[in-house]
Amino acid sequence: MSIGHTLLGLLESGPRHGYDLKRAFDEKFGHDRPLHYGQVYSTMSRLLKHGLVEVDGIEAGGGPERKRYAITDAGVTDVAQWLATPEKPEPYLQSTLYTKVVLALLTQRDAADILDTQRSEHLRSMRILTDRKRRGDLADQLICDHALFHLEADLRWLELTAARLDKLREAVTS
Amino acid sequence: MSAPAGSLLAAVDLRKAYGSTLALDGAEFSIHPGEVVAVMGPSGSGKSTLLHCLAGIVPPDSGSITYDGRELATMSDARRSALRRSEFGFVFQFGQLVPELTCVENVALPLRLNGAPRKQAERTALAWLERLEVDDLRGKRPGEVSGGQGQRVAVARSLVTGPRVIFADEPTGALDSLNGERVMELLTEAARSANAAVVLVTHEARVAAYSDREIVVRDGKSRDMERVV
Amino acid sequence: MGFGVALLLLSTALPNVLSARHDREQARMDYTYDLTEPPKADDTLVISDVDTTFRDKDVRGRLMEPEGPRAPLPPGVSRFPGPGEMVVSPALRKLLAADGSALLRERLPYRIIGDIGESGLVGSQELAYYAGGSGLAARVDGSQTARLTEFGDPNPTTEEPDPVLVLLNIVVIVALLMPVAVFIAAAVRFGGERRDRRLAALRLVGSDSRMTRRVAAGEALAGALLGLALGTGFFLIGRQVAGSVELMGVSVWPSYLDPSPALAALVAVAVPSAAVLVTLLALRGVVIEPLGVVRAAKPARRRLWWRLLLPVAGLAMLYPMVGQGRDNGDFNQYLVVGGVLLLLVGITALLPWLVETVVGRLGAGGVAWQLAVRRLQLSSGTAARMVNGIAVAVAGAIALQMLFAGVDGQYTQETGQDVRRAQMQVGLPDGVPMAATVQQFADTKGVRKVTALWEGYLGDTSWDTETGPGLSTELTVGDCAALREVAKLPSCANGDLFVLEGAEYSVDGPALNRPGRKLYLESYGRGDVAEVTWTVPAGVGTARSITDPAGSRRGGFLMTPAAMPEDVARTVRGELYLSVDESVPDASDHVRNTAARVDPLADPTNWTATRTSARYDSLRTGLLVGAVCVLLLIGASLLVSQLEQLRERRKLLSALVAFGTRRRTLTMSVLWQTAIPIALGLLLASVVGITLGGVLLRMSDTPVGVDWASVLAMTGTGAGVVLAVTLLSLPPLLRLMRPEGLRTE
Repeated sequence: MSIGHTLLGLLESGPRHGYDLKRAFDEKFGHDRPLHYGQVYSTMSRLLKHGLVEVDGIEAGGGPERKRYAITDAGVTDVAQWLATPEKPEPYLQSTLYTKVVLALLTQRDAADILDTQRSEHLRSMRILTDRKRRGDLADQLICDHALFHLEADLRWLELTAARLDKLREAVTS
Repeated sequence: MSAPAGSLLAAVDLRKAYGSTLALDGAEFSIHPGEVVAVMGPSGSGKSTLLHCLAGIVPPDSGSITYDGRELATMSDARRSALRRSEFGFVFQFGQLVPELTCVENVALPLRLNGAPRKQAERTALAWLERLEVDDLRGKRPGEVSGGQGQRVAVARSLVTGPRVIFADEPTGALDSLNGERVMELLTEAARSANAAVVLVTHEARVAAYSDREIVVRDGKSRDMERVV
Repeated sequence: MGFGVALLLLSTALPNVLSARHDREQARMDYTYDLTEPPKADDTLVISDVDTTFRDKDVRGRLMEPEGPRAPLPPGVSRFPGPGEMVVSPALRKLLAADGSALLRERLPYRIIGDIGESGLVGSQELAYYAGGSGLAARVDGSQTARLTEFGDPNPTTEEPDPVLVLLNIVVIVALLMPVAVFIAAAVRFGGERRDRRLAALRLVGSDSRMTRRVAAGEALAGALLGLALGTGFFLIGRQVAGSVELMGVSVWPSYLDPSPALAALVAVAVPSAAVLVTLLALRGVVIEPLGVVRAAKPARRRLWWRLLLPVAGLAMLYPMVGQGRDNGDFNQYLVVGGVLLLLVGITALLPWLVETVVGRLGAGGVAWQLAVRRLQLSSGTAARMVNGIAVAVAGAIALQMLFAGVDGQYTQETGQDVRRAQMQVGLPDGVPMAATVQQFADTKGVRKVTALWEGYLGDTSWDTETGPGLSTELTVGDCAALREVAKLPSCANGDLFVLEGAEYSVDGPALNRPGRKLYLESYGRGDVAEVTWTVPAGVGTARSITDPAGSRRGGFLMTPAAMPEDVARTVRGELYLSVDESVPDASDHVRNTAARVDPLADPTNWTATRTSARYDSLRTGLLVGAVCVLLLIGASLLVSQLEQLRERRKLLSALVAFGTRRRTLTMSVLWQTAIPIALGLLLASVVGITLGGVLLRMSDTPVGVDWASVLAMTGTGAGVVLAVTLLSLPPLLRLMRPEGLRTE
């Protein structure tokens, strides 16, 4: 999961302090693993360096926690690109996908598109596996089947999420 | 928007309503000879209606369907029926084998509907049963064979007339995964070797994985994933 | 099921209807058939039969004149109508008020003062009236006009029942009841596939096979009881409806449709137990598994021998009575009922075997044919059950038709009337002025020609003696043209007299033709008037009798009006033979109106070439009415079961259409599917029907002849019902074939 892209996405709805960013991240995505402050600041400085964010203002008192960040145009493009790129089908993909969907919803992008794109990617992998399975021996078949079942599970999750997008939108934007 | 060049069967801007429910709302589709296209989407999204329109079973309310240069949407019912008999093949989830006919008679049925003499039709039918590895069922009735066997018989029936497009609506819906895969394998292999296109409606990814590409139908609108990416 | 029970109850009520009608008829009987007429007293009534016909409807009419305060009232009438007044049946009141009834209103110019109650009518739609008359006493003649002290047949059971008619009666009732019973048995099996699924679900939740069977039996029982209740309801409704309809001139009161308690109880017991029995039998061949019902792997092939046993046994029961005829006493009713029953039940046993055997051998053919044949092969039992009812009904009807056609000759008499010479006859009471009356009829709309003959009887001595005259002959008065209708006259002028030679019956004419001989004219039983005599004059010519319009060669004397003495005119009765232009609308009714105007007692009749016995007629009508009802109801239920079957196959039909099956192919296959078993059923029905008819004819000692026309008619009716059912099921079939049926999820 790309924390950078996630934080960037969160910034899209408006400039925030580093502390706010951490809180928003934890609230929406960090259910079991809250972000460390250090992680936030190191990520933000990396994004600053690439010109994806800029410092919107510094409050009196100095210190890194007083900086307010805003997303740049380059940053918005980066987020959009990230969201549109399907993830490589692999195990434990859900958290990234979930983040992407929520971010898309938060930034008024088409979350269903993300899911469709992802499904297409998954199917591409499944086609390859299916094809290999058809040509291969029993061992190949069993190995491919294992992968196929995992991919299928992902796809089921995709379908389910697609069917619940409206509810999810309500939940994350409230 | 017009149908992509070189396509065998293409639909543009299909609309179809059943009463007040809009089943298709501007759906698009195209398929090339020998291609297997999966039509995916949640249930109630209009996949089956899209298949029915493409196959000329129901005429769309508006939009155009071209098959091999002919316009299907405005064709008379008799001509569409004739087309279905000779150029299309069908596999459904269930309710398709005539229970009182034997398996070989079931497979021979489309040939006989086209006017083939009984003996000859049944010979051809038997060859297809052999190809789908169920020739031992020839004299049995559908009630006496298992679901997977029955579905293979149905696949044989869809292929027996040498169709150019095969429409399969959840062909493995009633089967376990092993049987389902076998049926899909046989179906796609037979179709590819005959250079027949397959329109495969399914909600199962593992079944869709036998396709070359997929389109997604949602709320009556279609999305061709190949062209989006 | 409900319909079946209703029909069954109706059939059990039928014998009651006939007897109830008969009883009512007897109770209002106003003929004395008595030679000794009661003298005028304060408890006597003079009544005249003035029945008439309006268009093709018969109207029962009576003129009444009470002769004292204790005169008997006819049933259903609360007070005597005075002269110029009448009481009418509700149906007649309605008819009189109708638009097209001007001619009838003109004929019955009486003021309506009340209704005839139910007890005075044999049916709700009967047309009847009682009008007040005057001066009737002078016209009492013991037949048309009579003096009574009470209504009702004085000795009601005089008529010995004709064994052949009784036989017919039994067969009619059995033949009507059987298809209904068969139909009910089939109805029990309706929805069998759905029941199987339900039973399988029961097995799934843990009931064992025996429990399941019990449940099935219980279900059937409950269904039968429900059917019984529904049927009773239908019957009660139908009874009321029956009160307002008229079929072939027969209408009934709802109260007539009163099943005899014993038969009703039999129905109440037999229907549920039959339902349970049939269900258990049906379940015998199947194994109910938790996941579905498995038909026993190879259903036992239907065996022929025990199926043949039934009809053979039936024949055996009837055989001893062959050749018995009407003269050898009554038929053994139990044997007749049993034999007919077994023969007809034999059909239901043989038909499944026949269908299975034939269908199993049917082969090549088009796709529609193949689909139909294969379906029949798989479920020949269902197919046979569908047509069982119709086959039994048709077989029974064929047998009865044959029987009727066979005994037709015995109950249909040639009237001898020559309908080419005259189409109507009007009998005029005596004393009606001759010339004026003839003119009135000649002026009536639609009358082409009037042949007026006045007729009387001559005897050589007075008619008022114990023995009557030794020699007697007919006297006919008419103008030359009229007389030429009865005799070959070389020449004729008004004033001529002839005596007839070559008469059929009345051959005493020439013997009485002695000039100066005094002959006595019969005065129709009116002893209070001095007897009229006539002296044979000289110069009576001789003429040859020819067949008169009424079909006989009369004898005696012919008189032209000028040759008739004044007082003779009082003793002769006018018979007018009318040639009517039938193309004139209501010509007959114009004639009847003229007749009523001339004298209410004038009796106009329309001629027919043959006349049938009234009882035989009503039986035949009853059969026709019953057969039609049965076939219609069976047809209706066939339609229901056909639709149910189609609905069960809806998905398959849609799929077949999807892969390009022509609608015509599917329609044809449905038609074949019904037509094949029906054809077999009707074939079997014809064979059994003709056999049964033949045996019955032999029993009634009538030459056996197959009335192919009626066989064709009955099988045609059966086939027609099936065709109608198929046609009616086509629209839903076409609807089911629409691809929407594929939209299942």
